[in-house]
Amino acid sequence: MANGISLPAFSLDDAQGKARSFPGKRPALLCFVKEDCPTCGLSMPLIESAHRAFGRAVDVLAIGQDRAGNDALVKRHGLTAAMLDDSALKVSFNYDIEIVPTIILADADGRELRRFIGFGRSDWRELWEELERIAKVRPPAIDWSSYPESRPGCGSKSVEPGIADRLIAESEGNPLRARRIEIADQDDVFEFMFDQGLTDGLPVVPPTPERVIRMLRGTRRDAQEIVGTCAPNYAPVTIEKIAINAVMAGCKPEYLPVVIAATEVICTPEYNIHGITATTYGATPILVVNGPIRHKIGMNMGINVFGQGNRPNATIGRAVKLIVRNVGGGRPGEVERAAFGSTSKFTCCFPEFEEKSPWEPLHVERGFNANESVVTCFGLEGGPRQIADQTSRTARSVVGSIGLGVEASWHPNAHNFGDILLVISPEHVDTIWHDRWSKEDIRRRIQEITARPLRDLLPNEDYAGIGALPDQANQRQRSEAELNKKIPKFQSTKNIHIVVAGGPAGKWSAMFGGWASGIYGSVPTSRKIEEMP
Amino acid sequence: MTQILDPTDERVPVRRTLAGRPGKITGTVALLDINKARGNVMIDQLKRRLNERLPDVQVKAYRKLTPAKPASDEVRRQIMEESDFVIEALAD
Repeated sequence: MANGISLPAFSLDDAQGKARSFPGKRPALLCFVKEDCPTCGLSMPLIESAHRAFGRAVDVLAIGQDRAGNDALVKRHGLTAAMLDDSALKVSFNYDIEIVPTIILADADGRELRRFIGFGRSDWRELWEELERIAKVRPPAIDWSSYPESRPGCGSKSVEPGIADRLIAESEGNPLRARRIEIADQDDVFEFMFDQGLTDGLPVVPPTPERVIRMLRGTRRDAQEIVGTCAPNYAPVTIEKIAINAVMAGCKPEYLPVVIAATEVICTPEYNIHGITATTYGATPILVVNGPIRHKIGMNMGINVFGQGNRPNATIGRAVKLIVRNVGGGRPGEVERAAFGSTSKFTCCFPEFEEKSPWEPLHVERGFNANESVVTCFGLEGGPRQIADQTSRTARSVVGSIGLGVEASWHPNAHNFGDILLVISPEHVDTIWHDRWSKEDIRRRIQEITARPLRDLLPNEDYAGIGALPDQANQRQRSEAELNKKIPKFQSTKNIHIVVAGGPAGKWSAMFGGWASGIYGSVPTSRKIEEMP
Repeated sequence: MTQILDPTDERVPVRRTLAGRPGKITGTVALLDINKARGNVMIDQLKRRLNERLPDVQVKAYRKLTPAKPASDEVRRQIMEESDFVIEALAD
């Protein structure tokens, strides 16, 4: 291969500590090798022979990838050709070396004339002939028959996991722009991050440049793309900042598309993360994931679905909350003012158990295709609160129980209410689907069983609930018809969002109770997740 | 030495100075009701007390659409155009 491209210039020390620069004034043979590669070992005698045969006209430079290994190669092969120290791997990285040995012939101006990887007898023979032409010498013949026809090379150290990420992070063209904070060796990095107020109260994974580079592999999007502005500080949120906080939360790169999609939602005015963060009621982002990505990243939709023990469930929601804290500036005691809060404020993300559901999954109900991955963000009270019914044998009965349970959302007498997220367990699904009830049947039944005459909802001397003192609430004369009019719990059946999740045993369902909804609070919002292939 | 990337927005807060104190309250004072349940009870009481103490000053109450969101641009503009002073009268 001869493409004539200008190769990157470099300067490396040889074994005697003398700096050798490329390009020099002569053609050069650059030989990238590492000690523990058998194919490099096979090539070393030819590299040395090339130096002895053509060294008067061509700089033959072995470029070794670790210092101790370089010394071993020199000793083992009696190398008199220069062995340059690329243990920092910067030159290997700049040359995009993926396999060693990589042999590159360059002219005196540093333009590439020929390149091959691994060991190929014919490659070496052709190279030899070209070196003879360049050097205008006819050296002793090589016994080519003593060499194998071909041998594959080994992976370059510069592309080993971890090392490659560090090299990208340190390279001039790296995509990172966030401020770099240096923490002295005598300081504990975990304690430092607590001290700086960067955590949610649990330890976070230090977002080193190489970890963030690795996280960014989870998306094709540009690291500096701004996905939105995050309240309460209305700060721009870049993909890079999302990746940094995702590292801190403990995410793997394959979770990043979910975190990005959820962050896009929380930056919308409709979702209103400002109010969700600031309310004294303790609302928080509740994330529901639908579609194939649930399986791809290994989310738990079964036993202990809202509990601990599953990495994507735990860390995706945590990443979103860290973004609100660190980028948006929503911190408890400052703009975040919840009287109680809940453990859901650390994280709350779960997938719908679509395979256990006889109904359309949430994202399909909301207009997406079944094979698309989607995250839907609710701004609701943490929890969830469970609703037990171990005895009902019909759909009407078990949904009736669920209806009575969800009536407690906010306050039992707070009717004409906004959104609720109802999570029906597989056992309850079985009972409901035995009677072939649809989701709409469930919603209608909840509205039916919770519908109460206005007179029962008005506060009295024994209880309140709709935000007015009894004398104020009752001061207007109402007709008997008005007082007898039945008002269901929710403004509309559309406010009752239903998903299926949970373990196979347990006759309980669950609800995430409402907070202010619609234009007065938060609108549940979905976003397609841009999956990597 | 460990190097980490800053997870915050890295912005330096804008330093704002307090508006000059005129020494005397004249014109119109705006009270912003955030629209919490029964908030109007307190706002009305506050308005009455201010009227008692400052009979020459007009006190006007404004209301946000919802306590769950910042005041709309429209309400802010209205307060700015119609008032000389503003008291965010109720939070929680």
